[in-house]
Amino acid sequence: MRHSHALQVGPVAFRLGSEWRQPIEALKQLYAGYPAPDGPCDFTVRLEAETPWRRWLRPAVAIRGDYTLPDAVPMALAHGLLAAEMGMNLQMALGQKRYLLLHASSVERDGKALLMTGASGSGKSTLSAILGEQGWRFMGDEFALLDMDDGRLHPFPRAVSLKNQAVLVLEEIVGGDRFGPVLRNTPKGTIRHLRPNEEAVARMREPARPVLILFPQYGRGLQAAVRPVGQAEIFVRLTQASTNYVALGEPGYGALCRLVTGTPARAIDYSSTEAALTLIDGLWGEFA
Amino acid sequence: MRDAALLVAALREPRSAERLGAGEWTSLISMARAESLMGSLAYRLQGLALPEKVERLLEDARNDAEQVRRQALWEAEMARRALAPLGVPVLLLKGTAYAAAGVSAGLGRSIGDLDILVPRESLGKVETALLGAGWEWVKEDAYDDLYYRRWMHELPPLIHRERDRMIDVHHTILPLTARSTPDASALIADSVSLESGLRVLSPPDMIVHAAAHLFADGDLAGGLRNLWDIDRMLREFRTRDGFWSSLGDRARLHQLGREVSRALRLAEDLYGTPVDRRLAGRRASFDRLFKRRLLARNGWGQTTDKPLRLAFYARSHWLRMPPLMLARHLWTKARK
Repeated sequence: MRHSHALQVGPVAFRLGSEWRQPIEALKQLYAGYPAPDGPCDFTVRLEAETPWRRWLRPAVAIRGDYTLPDAVPMALAHGLLAAEMGMNLQMALGQKRYLLLHASSVERDGKALLMTGASGSGKSTLSAILGEQGWRFMGDEFALLDMDDGRLHPFPRAVSLKNQAVLVLEEIVGGDRFGPVLRNTPKGTIRHLRPNEEAVARMREPARPVLILFPQYGRGLQAAVRPVGQAEIFVRLTQASTNYVALGEPGYGALCRLVTGTPARAIDYSSTEAALTLIDGLWGEFA
Repeated sequence: MRDAALLVAALREPRSAERLGAGEWTSLISMARAESLMGSLAYRLQGLALPEKVERLLEDARNDAEQVRRQALWEAEMARRALAPLGVPVLLLKGTAYAAAGVSAGLGRSIGDLDILVPRESLGKVETALLGAGWEWVKEDAYDDLYYRRWMHELPPLIHRERDRMIDVHHTILPLTARSTPDASALIADSVSLESGLRVLSPPDMIVHAAAHLFADGDLAGGLRNLWDIDRMLREFRTRDGFWSSLGDRARLHQLGREVSRALRLAEDLYGTPVDRRLAGRRASFDRLFKRRLLARNGWGQTTDKPLRLAFYARSHWLRMPPLMLARHLWTKARK
């Protein structure tokens, strides 16, 4: 393809190709400092014109690759970086078969990992990004990779995808040069990507043992609270948070059982970042 | 990487892969995934001295193929249970058949829908039994439904409401409107029973079906995979007594002699398959185009050679139905 770039994120290597220059340039800038793959790539992502003339005329970026969703809606070229990110997510969701993939964020401290999962808007992504700036090692905000053999979590520190209010929160904390361009009017509103800090990138090949699972829930005016969650519920919620649980069959089931039975879990309600951080601090002291 | 020759070379001569660089591996993997040959390739390259990263990717592909196989066999068992009370022969076709029969073409093979074949006169009963066991219609379109029932060799696809898996119920192996008319009752009469009670086509008929699927139906999409099936089966079955002559007989019986000969020639050309010279026949001028079409994929996994692909797409419709009917079909489809 005309423009391309290869990227190592945790244990996974991507090859990205594009018919346009812009998405690849944006990607190179956002992922500056990331290592190049030291061997073949796990997945290929292609950003192609939906039809030949859509390369120039109202450019429409179709997200394709080793794995492709047949009915995916093409994106505007201005959102090319987002298309590249979605393309990598798609390969992982459909093609990753080595790790049990959990739609969750994770951070690490003292070799132990905190796993946070929840619906979109729960704040798991924002909280992991904030913790990553406050003494924790950021491991990932989108996917946590559970090793089915030894139960450890592998980092997958892609750029954090910040949405709407979360952009402002992180802009307060982090310096400007780690942010990608502001992408307005995407299907998910305003999005701005944040490159994880140097430590997160330098230690991207270092797995950690999960010691606490949290299900955060954000709500305006929601009373700060910690609630127990039964193991059956944790199990079901994690199967729903996994994109490849069914495809992995028995090994995936076994790995998830071990994670659920071996890791304490709590649901937390919060209405402000401070409240959430206080709760996390307390629970970490209790369980880690 | 302008065409899929790299993939064909790795399948044909696995040791050639030991010399590949990182970039070539990435291309090879993308092509193999695009052609649904990743699992087959992973088994083919097993045991070679390969870079650690490659070894991991191939191991993942083998594990995945094993899971795909297990799911496919389970789905076949579900259909068997649903249809057992009817007492009609149920034949597995294509990928599930290879897996169930334990033939080497099944090793690492991708398997999508469950394809079965039943006697045409039992279609109604079979349909009712499947609907009663949790399968549902996928298409709710009157024209498509009627089209399938009147002209196709299968029922409109059904999907299971809980397991989300599709089943294609065939009563023969080519559309009724195709140029050739295979002898469906002979397919069933010669079929082989498995331990489960399910049946598979006899070895020569398996190959005839694969050749029909490749050259008499469809636009050759996924053709490298189908031709690989044929290569594996020919290598496995050719040592049996009288195999080549019975393959020739069955091909003639099903009016698919031309397709089988072409399959033999192309398998020999691309995969180095040992074939019977007389049955393969002389090289035809179109062989070159078929070969180019089969290889029309680049190192990014993209399809190439648009005009040729389009030509084969047009051919697939041409083969499928007579001109007047084709015109009417396209007209109806376009108005929807």
